[in-house]
Amino acid sequence: MDNPNVPTAPTYLEEFKRKGYSRADFLKFCTLMAAYLGLENSSTAQVVQAMSTKPRLPVIWLHFQECTCCSESFIRSSHPIVADVLLDQISLDYSETLMAASGHQAEEAMKNTMTKYKGEYILCVEGSVPTAADGVYCMIGGKTSMQILEEAAEGAKAVIAWGSCASNGCVQAAKPNPTSATPIHKLLKGKPVIKVPGCPPIGEVMAGVIVHVVTFGRLPELDGLGRPKAFYSKRVHDTCYRRPYYDAGLYVESFDDENAKKGYCLYKVGCKGPSTYNACGVTKWNNGVSFPIQSGHGCFGCSEENYWDNGRIYERASAFPGFGIESTADTVGKVALGVTVGALAAHAVMTNVRKKKLIKGLEKEGKESEQELKE
Amino acid sequence: MANEVIVHKVHKLRRVYVWEQPVRIYHWLNALVILVLIATGFFIADPLAISSSKEAANQFTMGWVRMIHFIASYIFFFNFLFRIYWGFVGNKYANWKQFIPTSGRFFKEMWQVFKMDILMLRGKEHMSVGHNAMAGFIYFFTFLAFLVQCLTGFGLYASMSTSWWFPKLFAWVPAMFGGDFFLREVHHVTTWFFIVFTVIHVYLVFYHDYVEGRGEMSSMGGGWKFIEEEVFDKGLDTPNEPSPKS
Repeated sequence: MDNPNVPTAPTYLEEFKRKGYSRADFLKFCTLMAAYLGLENSSTAQVVQAMSTKPRLPVIWLHFQECTCCSESFIRSSHPIVADVLLDQISLDYSETLMAASGHQAEEAMKNTMTKYKGEYILCVEGSVPTAADGVYCMIGGKTSMQILEEAAEGAKAVIAWGSCASNGCVQAAKPNPTSATPIHKLLKGKPVIKVPGCPPIGEVMAGVIVHVVTFGRLPELDGLGRPKAFYSKRVHDTCYRRPYYDAGLYVESFDDENAKKGYCLYKVGCKGPSTYNACGVTKWNNGVSFPIQSGHGCFGCSEENYWDNGRIYERASAFPGFGIESTADTVGKVALGVTVGALAAHAVMTNVRKKKLIKGLEKEGKESEQELKE
Repeated sequence: MANEVIVHKVHKLRRVYVWEQPVRIYHWLNALVILVLIATGFFIADPLAISSSKEAANQFTMGWVRMIHFIASYIFFFNFLFRIYWGFVGNKYANWKQFIPTSGRFFKEMWQVFKMDILMLRGKEHMSVGHNAMAGFIYFFTFLAFLVQCLTGFGLYASMSTSWWFPKLFAWVPAMFGGDFFLREVHHVTTWFFIVFTVIHVYLVFYHDYVEGRGEMSSMGGGWKFIEEEVFDKGLDTPNEPSPKS
């Protein structure tokens, strides 16, 4: 962003003011973002400083095989500035869903941003890329999504994979994955890809990732799976307000029982919180109103890889591969155990038949020895 | 009939110290923690429906069960590490070559065990004082299962633990397999391998004691087996290292 060849864009503060927000609103926004990022209180000034002095980050936002729930989530994040300014002003260089331009004009705008801000812009990708049949399953403006992605990624400073589609394929990549839907990180080699999984990801998390890049001029710290640690290092289970019931051993047995009314843990009705890494328990949804578990429904695990194929929604056990949809590891295990016991029983019988002479011999030998002792 | 060459004479037996004390302690500690891990593991996977009039704050059922599971898994892991070490410094019956085939003789004996003890056909007499080749090779797979359980278990545990550096060593496992879902499933399925193995293992100990009369069952108690003298003369006592002629 300090590259002198890059034309200067207005700063974030300027954009906020132009939109009619007061400085108080601006400071509130910065404080909120600093909190979401998990920064120390003193670091709020750093966010304020960055947002008031740094020129806005050019963003290209591409949509491939997706349902736009990520964009919907983003524009509904709790602070109005996120919706009005971050997305409206910053991302409008190109976003099929939210830009005013269309057709050739829109394509023109994207091309302009790509050349003008080469090496500086952030590429946000929503949706997976179909690779089957040369990518014909998702084409925009006569180009396959793979071509568009490659072109846009070439000059991008960083790539953000919004949502589970872009991060791990989501429903399009569920078995049998007819379009060979592929997540972004598997297609772009040698480019840093930030995965922000979730179906959709939490709006505040999305805003937080962008604010982090703006404030610090570098990517947030990522975990082993490429997700920002600030939001994905804890399991939903670890931050769940029903966790004490889990540890106490008090569980909802079915959705209409007394335990459900008492708000016990949803572990036994299939909550995937214990294997799902997300910020739902802390940040919550819809302006911090609630999140699935608070509304009485177990976690889906929507931010985990392959969550469509990773077991059933309302049970903890998942189907054992190759044994039909109803068979779990326990069914297969019990059958294996039964077969084993049967086989051993047969073996025991056969031992007494086939090795009769041997066993009799041993007994006779023992008796003879006993006789010798008596003598 | 199989095994027609049974001689009705009184064998002279020699007492052989097969399982050294560390091996015996390893074995029984392993048996104990595996039982605990299986029981607590199934409880964690599908906890019992407990109803209590106590406040949730005064209960910690799942917490205790998980704690026992984690303590047992630490013991299991370090016990396993110890056994690997003992495979290099212990006696020949404990040696790693008992588990990993390094000679044609190993495979030949496996085939004989298969023919005589599983198919119950007539065969050439095989005689191992420690594990027979087939048993040793199957133990090799149990060690692999141990490894799988340790990797998946501590992989799942890594993100829950904030205590010390050790569990963090396994943080790469969920990253490699795309998350906890898959690990959980593998961890659960492998548990069944342990159960099936245990049933077969206990049965075969009875079986060998019954048809051989060499003290198979008590050997894991005192370490002794009672072996016919002629076995030493024939040099048949381990699949890999012929014993010195006595």
